[in-house]
Amino acid sequence: MSIEIRNIRKNFGSFSALNDVSLDVPSGELVALLGPSGCGKTTLLRIIAGLETPDSGSIHFYGEDATARQVREREVGFVFQHYALFRHMTVFENVAFGLRVRPKETRPSDAEIKRRVHELLELVQLDWLADRYPPQLSGGQRQRIALARALAVEPKVLLLDEPFGALDAKVRKELRRWLRRLHDELHITSIFVTHDQEEALEVADRVVVINKGQIEQVGSPQEVYDHPVSPFVYQFLGNVNQFQSHIHEGEAKIGDVGLKLDAHHDTQNSSALAFVRPHEIEIYKERHGDSAAFEADVHYINAIGPLVRLELKIANKVELIEAELTQARFRELGLTQGEHVFIYPRNVRVFLDGQHTGGYIQQI
Amino acid sequence: MAKQKNILPGFNLSLGYTLLYLSLIVLIPLSAAFIKTTELSFNEFWNVVTAPRVLASYQLTFGASLIAALINAAFGLLTAWVLVRYTFPGKKIIDALVDLPFALPTAVAGIALTAVYAGNGWIGSWLEPHGIKVAFTPLGVIIALTFIGLPFVVRTVQPVLEDLEAETEEAAASLGANRWQTFTKIIFPAIWPALLTGFALAFARAIGEYGSVIFIAGNVPFVSEITPLIIITKLEQYEYASATAVAVVMLVISFLLLFAINGLQWWFNRHANAAR
Repeated sequence: MSIEIRNIRKNFGSFSALNDVSLDVPSGELVALLGPSGCGKTTLLRIIAGLETPDSGSIHFYGEDATARQVREREVGFVFQHYALFRHMTVFENVAFGLRVRPKETRPSDAEIKRRVHELLELVQLDWLADRYPPQLSGGQRQRIALARALAVEPKVLLLDEPFGALDAKVRKELRRWLRRLHDELHITSIFVTHDQEEALEVADRVVVINKGQIEQVGSPQEVYDHPVSPFVYQFLGNVNQFQSHIHEGEAKIGDVGLKLDAHHDTQNSSALAFVRPHEIEIYKERHGDSAAFEADVHYINAIGPLVRLELKIANKVELIEAELTQARFRELGLTQGEHVFIYPRNVRVFLDGQHTGGYIQQI
Repeated sequence: MAKQKNILPGFNLSLGYTLLYLSLIVLIPLSAAFIKTTELSFNEFWNVVTAPRVLASYQLTFGASLIAALINAAFGLLTAWVLVRYTFPGKKIIDALVDLPFALPTAVAGIALTAVYAGNGWIGSWLEPHGIKVAFTPLGVIIALTFIGLPFVVRTVQPVLEDLEAETEEAAASLGANRWQTFTKIIFPAIWPALLTGFALAFARAIGEYGSVIFIAGNVPFVSEITPLIIITKLEQYEYASATAVAVVMLVISFLLLFAINGLQWWFNRHANAAR
């Protein structure tokens, strides 16, 4: 383990930002802290960096207790959402800063600094900007410079706070792929904070989902997406339809429709939340087989892109159900707005109220 | 040539008004001083403005103003820093106190300072036994000029400090910089244009100051007599031409000093604008 986080608590006044958080980050992994704004993810990152002190708990780097170390002694590279470049210095001087402020005994020679800075600028593919000032650069370029600056001090751990949050969508996509490739080259233990689930699922080796100051789930992107352990994780990762349901002896009732579950056979009269992902819904114009179906009207069709998004309205219900079909399937059905259809959820996950375990049903 | 369209209307009118206003308020009275001076021949003029007593007063006025402005730059920066960076009970009151030298009639300030620093005053009675005389010495002049110049530095540096991103300091710390390096390499370069402006304003104000100084200075010729007092004295003796002659010299020196400070700022801004 290169970073061990043990029982961290942090309160701001009466607000509990982190509530007994423990986490291990193995060496060389790229880990995403994912959660909605205000969930405590940035606070946790800042505590790891030493920019914030925890009320209790400890941080260990490579087995050594680093809780009491000052930020400048922690040997972490920190990348800020808004870059925090030194605007009165050239790009070269920004990257060189961490080397120049070293005490005389450990400070490299000017020639060495020059060599190292150019090496880093080449790594981030911006060597040609060395003499510019930060305000002359685009957002994506600034963030890459900020990364080069953080790497210049050869940190043991790289911490990134919403590194792509201030960039526009296209640059953000490019840059996060680039970050992934860079990490594959350098293998430096890295933690980045994001509220963008797509970003976390695409870039990270492991995703840590945080909610209200507590860790909800830790796992590979595949695990957390396919097997969310709580209603929160289900809702937070990707689009999902949510229903109030009633569980009784292995059957989940949503409205008048009863769905057979492969779990909860002994559960008596409990209310629960049921989740269905939009792409796990089948749509037919006629009844299809004898499994239970919802009847609905097509409320809205968005056929742009590879997937067709439908909004479906069940009679007497206010919330709309979202469904995704392939273009081929959509053409085959020939759906139009206002049409009456039958909906078959293929994969439903239920969470009994106050419980973190669920059962699946599989249909068709 | 097609008339250039500007999204903001009234350019001609507002520029014309500005020029007229500046002429009426600033340029005409100033040029009157120059014109009045021409009543003297060059030799007369030279004798007036280089009289030993007048020369001593230049030295005191500009020297004391410079020292006062430097003191204000240092302590004004500190005050601004405290007001921006820390929260403490009574902060609002201290913030308001900073403006007091602006609001107080300078004569009142002068009398109050004299009363405090005189040999029998609260502070003066403490200092006198140690051989430090404040009232009626150049030291008194410096204190009075420091008093009236304080708000300029605080009020110019404060907003810039407030705008300073805390993140850049955190970035510096995470890169291994200690507090002193963070201050000298990151914070100071960001606030120093504002500090220079505050210094220039405090300096200019101190050069022209009259009311608060004359009480505490005691106006001993060659020791604690400031140039504005010399001008007043000459006016009281109906020597209008020689009064304006001294005034013109002050004006020219002040102008050159402000010009130099502005030049320094322009140079810095050009440097910083490359960074924009």
